Amino acid sequence: MVEEITKGKLEEQEFSINMGPQHPSTHGVLRMMLKLKGETVKEVKPQLGYIHRGIEKMCEKLTYQQIIHLTDRLDYMSANILNEAVCLTVEDALQVEVPERVQYIRTIMGELNRIASHQLWWCAFGMDLGALTTFFYGLRDREKILDIFEETIGARLLLSYNVPGGLMNDIHPNFQKKVKEFITYFRKKLPEYDALLTGNPIMQQRTKGIGMLTKEQAIAYGVSGPSGRGSGFSCDVRIHQPYSAYSKADFKEILYHEGDTFARYKVRIDEMWESMNIIEQLIDNIPEGNYTAKMKPVIKLPVGEYYTRVEAVRGEFGVYIVSDGNKTPYRVKFRSPNFSNLSALDLMAREQKIADLIAIGGSMDYVIPDMDR
Amino acid sequence: MEFNIYDLTSFTSSFDQLLMENLSPFWAVAIEMILIGVAILAFYAVVGLYLVYAERKVCAFMQCRVGPNRVGPYGFFQTIADLIKLLMKELIPIKNADKLLFNIAPYIVIIASFMAIAAIPFAKGLHAIDFNIGIFYIMAVSSLGVIGILIAGWSSNNKYSLIGAMRSGAQIVSYELSVGLSLITIVILSGSLQLSTIVEGQRDGWFLFTGHIPALIAFLVFLVAATAETNRGPFDLAEAESELTAGFHTEYSGIKFAFFFLAEYMNMFIVASIAVTMFLGGWMPFHVGGWEAFNNIMDYIPPFFWYAGKTAFIIWVMMWFKWTFPRLRIDQLLTLEWKYLLPINLVNIIIMAFVVLMGWHF
Amino acid sequence: MRSIINYLKEIFGAVAALFKGMRVTGYYFFHPKEIVTQQYPENRATLTMFDRFKGEVIMPHNENNEHKCTACGICEMNCPNGSIEIISEMKVNEEGKKKKVLSKHIYHLGMCTFCNLCVKTCPSNALAMGQDFEHAVFDRSKLNKVLNKPGSVLMKGTE
Repeated sequence: MVEEITKGKLEEQEFSINMGPQHPSTHGVLRMMLKLKGETVKEVKPQLGYIHRGIEKMCEKLTYQQIIHLTDRLDYMSANILNEAVCLTVEDALQVEVPERVQYIRTIMGELNRIASHQLWWCAFGMDLGALTTFFYGLRDREKILDIFEETIGARLLLSYNVPGGLMNDIHPNFQKKVKEFITYFRKKLPEYDALLTGNPIMQQRTKGIGMLTKEQAIAYGVSGPSGRGSGFSCDVRIHQPYSAYSKADFKEILYHEGDTFARYKVRIDEMWESMNIIEQLIDNIPEGNYTAKMKPVIKLPVGEYYTRVEAVRGEFGVYIVSDGNKTPYRVKFRSPNFSNLSALDLMAREQKIADLIAIGGSMDYVIPDMDR
Repeated sequence: MEFNIYDLTSFTSSFDQLLMENLSPFWAVAIEMILIGVAILAFYAVVGLYLVYAERKVCAFMQCRVGPNRVGPYGFFQTIADLIKLLMKELIPIKNADKLLFNIAPYIVIIASFMAIAAIPFAKGLHAIDFNIGIFYIMAVSSLGVIGILIAGWSSNNKYSLIGAMRSGAQIVSYELSVGLSLITIVILSGSLQLSTIVEGQRDGWFLFTGHIPALIAFLVFLVAATAETNRGPFDLAEAESELTAGFHTEYSGIKFAFFFLAEYMNMFIVASIAVTMFLGGWMPFHVGGWEAFNNIMDYIPPFFWYAGKTAFIIWVMMWFKWTFPRLRIDQLLTLEWKYLLPINLVNIIIMAFVVLMGWHF
Repeated sequence: MRSIINYLKEIFGAVAALFKGMRVTGYYFFHPKEIVTQQYPENRATLTMFDRFKGEVIMPHNENNEHKCTACGICEMNCPNGSIEIISEMKVNEEGKKKKVLSKHIYHLGMCTFCNLCVKTCPSNALAMGQDFEHAVFDRSKLNKVLNKPGSVLMKGTE
């Protein structure tokens, strides 16, 4: 053995290792087959299929109202936005005009959902980097949003609040007051996030210049959402194709051009500020009216194909429905942002260290059930 | 007043004399060794368990939580309950593991930390062995632990463990330098390697204050390097929960895992003790030169409490590090050592030597 | 010389930024009032759920043990998971007409996703969402509940 090494006969081997499906920082049951050379990652092969539930196939047997509760279970962190996507598709197909009140409430709920999701992302990102305290600060603040959801909707995570044509029920009388309280609270707490993690030199060393993704690569791989915007890819559906009440609010798209992990981090932090701006503009102007449009109890979409896209928390979420005129869809396909985002992981993580792979994964904010429907 | 009321030297020496008069010297020494061994063992277990408890409470308060509060008042017996659970857990045998090394590793880790305790002066007279090279001995012994970690990672037949062990090896080999050099700075100031002399030398002011700037720099460097040496806080690369699941002790269960866990906390206690002894005057009360009345009041607090309080403070600071900072990457860790701490340390030693030579210290 | 100054600047900047983070955690350590933990089993007495909280599906009965369920089966049809089963029987009422009467409204709590569709679509408002959330049982069969109370009848005036 010693002779082999000294004479250089012993070949250097790549070290293959399975990260996941049970691993603390794959955020679910993602399995990554790594090829390592020492600490350096040579190849990442993500493997899916550990949480495949066949949601798209199940949708073919369910009515349009029933599909809503399955979309909760894709990207559970942006349940409300995904509900909205299906509702918008159905309303679009039926040419139903939903009341303005509904649009406002949907937008506010969606933005609250976005903040809640980004808070949890911040928790998990800190955990991935090894700063365990972030987890509790993020969850503490997220709790306030979940309470708002619970009061109006009755659920905290899997909301099922939007139904085709409107909302499940009207907002709670306390809703506006609570949301305003939350915004004043969170505006004070968000700088704490910066003090704890953003400004930390260790964190900056761990993230700056790590996991580079250029704009061209982001477009080529279909990386959307905050991850794409960190690379300078202007892909915010809320700006480019406003739906619901986004056209009524004045906000800007957060864009960073560095394309590294830190840029993606900053995009999300800034998006929390921007989401609070949107909510503040809308919360006092919710018009009076019905909380649902008049809908038939049995919804039958006209024969045809329908596609709607919305800006979910992790990127562009699309719903594609083929209808054959029955009360259940003929075929449903969800364009989930995480699946495309994951495809760029190998590109970003090559020639980086294992610790960087974790940081990159954290900055992409994967939700595995969304990739693996 | 010269600490007479709290001086334990007369008590220990009279006990020694009593044994020597009644027994042959061999048996007298044997009994003394057994007594001290049992005392240290008990001390080790209690301190280890309550450091775990303290860490859980400290991190809970930092994270807006309550922490353990179900077993006993304020969860005071939580770690004891945990220990009982760990004792009863199955020791899972690992397929294709190197049996001998796999079993021996936790003992090496725990013995290394155990041996270091013997040389720590807890109070005047409460000091198991007073080597004339005490600090050198502690440094030598406490760094043995890494061998256990390397063996554990190697023998576990687990790729994550191996990566963790290799990281730990690289980390400890480099940080040992900084720890040693920062202590040498103080050795230059005190002129002795014997811990009792070092403590005695801080009668009129702790070295942190008498050595002013170079001592302060050495203290900060020591704090960082010691945190790294104990595989804790932002330097817990060997465990790196989010990267390597649990690093070198992934495959260990039950009491073997508890040994690693306990050793980690005891190592923290040992480095805190060294920091206290070298920089903060050990068990010496806080004295200001010339303030007789103030010094007398300070003397009324027993030296052991001085020692325990200061150690607790250092441990708390190390916990504070851990629960605030994200983890470094392995190459950044080595960069920090070789590009920052080591040069600072070397320059600092020269400054300290110069200060001592010119008599600019207090 | 400049590089040495930059080197020192870098170090001091890093230490200052690290200390900023430590101030945040340190602040919470010394302010136990900021603790947000709820002591759950102890606070049962004061713990009230929001009135819209979706804990389980219930069938409200009035003081005469009457419910509003006409056994129409719309909730069963609308449930996406098949967690509602309705067993009905045909009975002859006083007017001599044959009428569907609810005998058992079986609700499988273990399958329910609390989507609220049954409550929303019920034409006679017979169902509601209960606020009880402590559903843990030792046997899965205990999660299959019969919502109508034994001996209960249809409320007068409900069609």
